[in-house]
Formats: sequence, structure tokens, C-alpha cells
Amino acid sequence: MGLRNILDDMAPQFAKGGRHEKWYALYEAVDTFFYSPGQVTVSGSHVRDGVDLKRIMITVWLAAMPAMFYGIYNVGYQATSAMSNLGLTSTGDWHAFWIELFSSYNPASVWDCFWYGAVYYVPIYAVVFIVGGFWEVLFATVRKHEINEGFFVTSILFSLIVPPDLPLWQAALGITFGVVVAKELFGGTGKNFLNPALAGRAFLFFAYAPQMSGDAAWTAVDGFSGATTLGQLASHGLPAVSMATGQELTWLDAFIGREQGSIGETSTLAILFGATILLVTKIAAWRTMLGVFLGMVVFSTFLNVIGSDTNQLFALPWYWHFVLGGFAFGMVFMATDPVSSAMTNTGKWIYGAMIGFMAVMIRVMNPAYPEGMMLAILFANLFAPLIDNMVVRANIKRRVARNGV
Amino acid sequence: MSSAVKAVLTKPIIAENPITMQILGICSSLAVTTSLNVAVVMCVALTVVTGFSNFFISLVRNYMPSSIRIIIQMAIISALVIAVDQLLQAFAYEISKQLSVFVGLIITNCIVMGRAEAFAMKNPPVVSFMDGIGNGLGYSIILLLLATIRELFGSGSLFGMEILPLVANGGWYQPNGLMLLAPSAFFIIGFVIWIVRTKRTEQMEKSEFRLAAHTIQEAAH
Repeated sequence: MGLRNILDDMAPQFAKGGRHEKWYALYEAVDTFFYSPGQVTVSGSHVRDGVDLKRIMITVWLAAMPAMFYGIYNVGYQATSAMSNLGLTSTGDWHAFWIELFSSYNPASVWDCFWYGAVYYVPIYAVVFIVGGFWEVLFATVRKHEINEGFFVTSILFSLIVPPDLPLWQAALGITFGVVVAKELFGGTGKNFLNPALAGRAFLFFAYAPQMSGDAAWTAVDGFSGATTLGQLASHGLPAVSMATGQELTWLDAFIGREQGSIGETSTLAILFGATILLVTKIAAWRTMLGVFLGMVVFSTFLNVIGSDTNQLFALPWYWHFVLGGFAFGMVFMATDPVSSAMTNTGKWIYGAMIGFMAVMIRVMNPAYPEGMMLAILFANLFAPLIDNMVVRANIKRRVARNGV
Repeated sequence: MSSAVKAVLTKPIIAENPITMQILGICSSLAVTTSLNVAVVMCVALTVVTGFSNFFISLVRNYMPSSIRIIIQMAIISALVIAVDQLLQAFAYEISKQLSVFVGLIITNCIVMGRAEAFAMKNPPVVSFMDGIGNGLGYSIILLLLATIRELFGSGSLFGMEILPLVANGGWYQPNGLMLLAPSAFFIIGFVIWIVRTKRTEQMEKSEFRLAAHTIQEAAH
């Protein structure tokens, strides 16, 4: 075990009083990345489980991969189709150099689409990872807590819920807000009451609306204008929905993800792959996911029954709500965030249903924010501690009544 | 100036700042800080009202029956606020329109009420006047800081003059729309409190509880 010996040899230098004491957090992160920590819990913990926080986080990270790879392909597919429609032959900025190095702009070629998407996505992810990682290490060093793998999850989730056209400096600002304000100011991993990735996106959404919503943001081609599917629905209703190519969008297209949108959110199919991994490994709470889903189904069906002459979105059935916008991504990866969601089993149902209800509510009732999932989850995050508190109190009350104390 | 008077004048500026230490007057500091012009007028109005309301309330403090003191304080403060409002409408109509309801709301501003009740009721008029001015200045410092940050990054200008040329006007600066919304003031006030409390550790609140150590190693730290 050569690596173990090297790390052990270095250990005294990073220990208290050692030469590099200040950098202990970094040493610890590298050490525990490779090896399970040797310490065991000493007090106050009643849950025994073979899995630790690091493995949980890395599994979530892996579960996001299908959505990421499909998202990369789709960014390229949407962009190259739009370009061939517009008659463009080059993106005309620094991306073009890298794209033309290894591929052309053929929407029918999987490699071309994938490479195009990668040239847009990889810089965003790199910036998010480096800037967010910098804050994470800075706070870990100054506040003497551990660097947490939770950041792997935050960074990949954040990079998947932004539009492909996002300027890189905005990506840096967004993740800075998410990591610093939503997480580290409240004490770091485990103490954040909001989902950091979503808080970062919400910051960008309100601060730089032109790059985060509307028509110009969703396809990585300059000068192309096309709203997300939900945006189109809000203004025209179901029959008028189209893809970047101008063809009509079918439900199957939306399910597979051949539509415009944030990078990783378009393919419900790929997200469900991730969901399967999370559910089989029991890392994400199935109660939360099902709660979100049922809340959405019940409320959207209710709206279908009521109907409306002026608002087309009332008539949108639940199976469309499910495949559009950030709903599936939010349900699988965001709502189930173990820190910011409800902890009790009953609470997970209530918390989930609240998200499903609010997402449909915002989408349908407020045409200004067609993408309601982000706000719905942040809203429910705020209520999660309250829900847990109520569930625990109700339980205490019931037991007191049962035992007649 | 005696040192006591000096203390009541300078203490509220940072050490006992009404906004960052006592968390008072938050509503108006969210509402009127999107542009410096408006913020400056608001600061002057509030400082004047706090100073004079303290002065007059202190003058009559020994003649007030305790059971109706709040009503008397309100009457004095409202009279002052109405005077300020009328002056603004007469001489700075545009700004008074932008401030709209917030001048009237100085009547219920927690800082004015708080100083009247906590200081002017127990101290002689001149010191009370100084205390009111001092608290007004403490409020003003935070308000001007907020307005500078919000106007600069939200609209790229200061006092309405363009500092950072906007993309919309052919420049390079992409304005941050969040800065024009009220929540940004919350964030900035939060950051200011963070900075102040890092420098002045006596302002830090004690933790309500401490998490138990999870591992032996953590307990040793």
C-alpha cells in the first residue's frame, strides 16, 4: 500500500503544530478521498450504516452522469440543428476553434453533437468546479472543517441546471453565491437549509434574467431565438410547441429529451436512469420522490378538471408536466437532497407533495415564471424544518395519548 | 463637548449601530436604497426627525403620564414627520414622489420610536437630541453604503451618473437585476453585520447550543 504509506508519512506535517497545519483540510480531503476514514463515532449517534457521507455524495455524482452525457449531446444537437436551419456554418466565437478542431456541424452525427455540447459544457463545469472548490477549500481552511464531497454534487448539479449559453463569469458568480451564502455562511455541509445549487441558480435567475430566461438563452447559438418548451406552452398552448428545428414536439421527444432547456434537465429518460441508481442504493428517499410526483399529478389533474378559457396551461395533463422543464431533475436530484429536505418519513411525504403542488402552481398560475420547479423546491426547503417539527410533535402527542401519561 | 455627549453621538455609528447591532429600521433600508439620491434624502429626513423628536419628548418627559406616553410620543413624531414631508413636497417634489410612503412611515420607524422610549424618556433634552442625531447618522452610514452598492451594481451609476457603462448603452457592464430587488439589501446588510462582528467580536451572540463531537479526533481539536 504505497499511497497509504506516503499519506501516513505526510500526516505529522499537517497535524496540529506541524509545518503545514493550515492546510490540514486539504490533506484530509485527499486522504479520505482514497481511503475510508479510520475514526468511528463516539457519541450521540444511533444510526449504524456501512455507507458514509463521501460514498453517498459520490453515488449521487455518478447518478447524475446519464443526464449529463445526454445533456451534452442534446446541447450540440439543438445547436447544430438550429444552425443548419439558420444556414450558419460556424459559431463565430472562441468555441468555433475547438469545435472545428475535431468535428463539423452535422446534426445527424452523434459525435459532432456530442463534441459541440462538450465544448460548451466542459468550460461551464470547469469554472463551476474551480470557483466553487476555491470557496469550499477557503472556508474549510479558515473554519477548520472538512472539505466535503458534497461539493462534487453541488457542482455537477449546478452546472446541469444552467442554460448552455451561460456566460462563464455568471457561472462563477452563481456557484459563489450558492456555496458561500447558501451553504458556508450557515456552517457548511449539513447545516444549509437551502439547496446550494438551486440557490445559486435562483441568484442568477433574478440577477441576470436575460441570460437565464426568455428566448435567447436556451440554444447555444448566437442570434437564435427559441423559448423552452414550458415557455412556449405558457404563451401558445400545447399544439404550438416546437423543437429548435421547427418540428412539432411529441411527448416521446420530450421524454427522451430532444428539446431545448437547461443542460441536464431535458431528458426525463436519462434522469430516470439516475433515479434508479439512487433508489436501488437507497441513497435518495423514495417517499420524497413519490410525494413530489403525486403532488404534481393530483394538482395538475385538479386543474385539468377546473379548466380555463384564458390560461392554456390549465389543460396541460400530468404526463406532460412530468417530462417538461426541470420537473424530473428537481424531483430526483434536488428535492431528495438529504440536508435541505424533511427528515421524518411522514415529513418526506408532506414535503414532496408540497413541491409537486407548488411547481404546478407556479408554472400554471404565474406565466412570468414558467419554470416553477426551482422556486417550488426552494420554497419547500424553507418549510422542511417546520414540517419535521410538526411530525415529531404529533408523534409525541399520539404516544402520550396512547400511554395516558 | 463633554465626553458623555460625544459618546451618545458617536457610539451609534458603529458600536451600537441601529441597523447592524439592533436590527432596527430594516424596512426602510430595503425600500429606499436602490438609488443614492433617494437614500440621501431619506437619511437627512430620518436624522432630523430622530434628533428633534428626542429633543421634544425629553422636554416634556416629566409631565407625561406613563399610561399615555406612547400616544404623546407618536403625536410629536407625526407632527415632525408631516413637517418634513411637506418640506420635501415643496422643495424636492421629484424625490418626495420616489420616497412616496416611506417618509410617512418614518412615524413608525423602529429607530425613532426606540430612541424616544429608551433614551429620551430618561435623559435631558440636549443629550437626547445628540443621541437622536447619532442614531440617525448610524442609520445613514448603512443606508448610504447599501445605496452605493445597489445603485452601482444594479444600474451601473451613482447619483444617476453612469459609472459602469451598461451593455444596453453599448458599454460592457451587465447590470445585476437582483440588486434592484429588496432581497439584495438583506444580503448586503448580512454581509456588513458579518464584517462588523468579525472586527468587533464583543457584538457576536453566543451560540445557543454546541454540536457534540462526532469523532475522537474532532473532540481533540
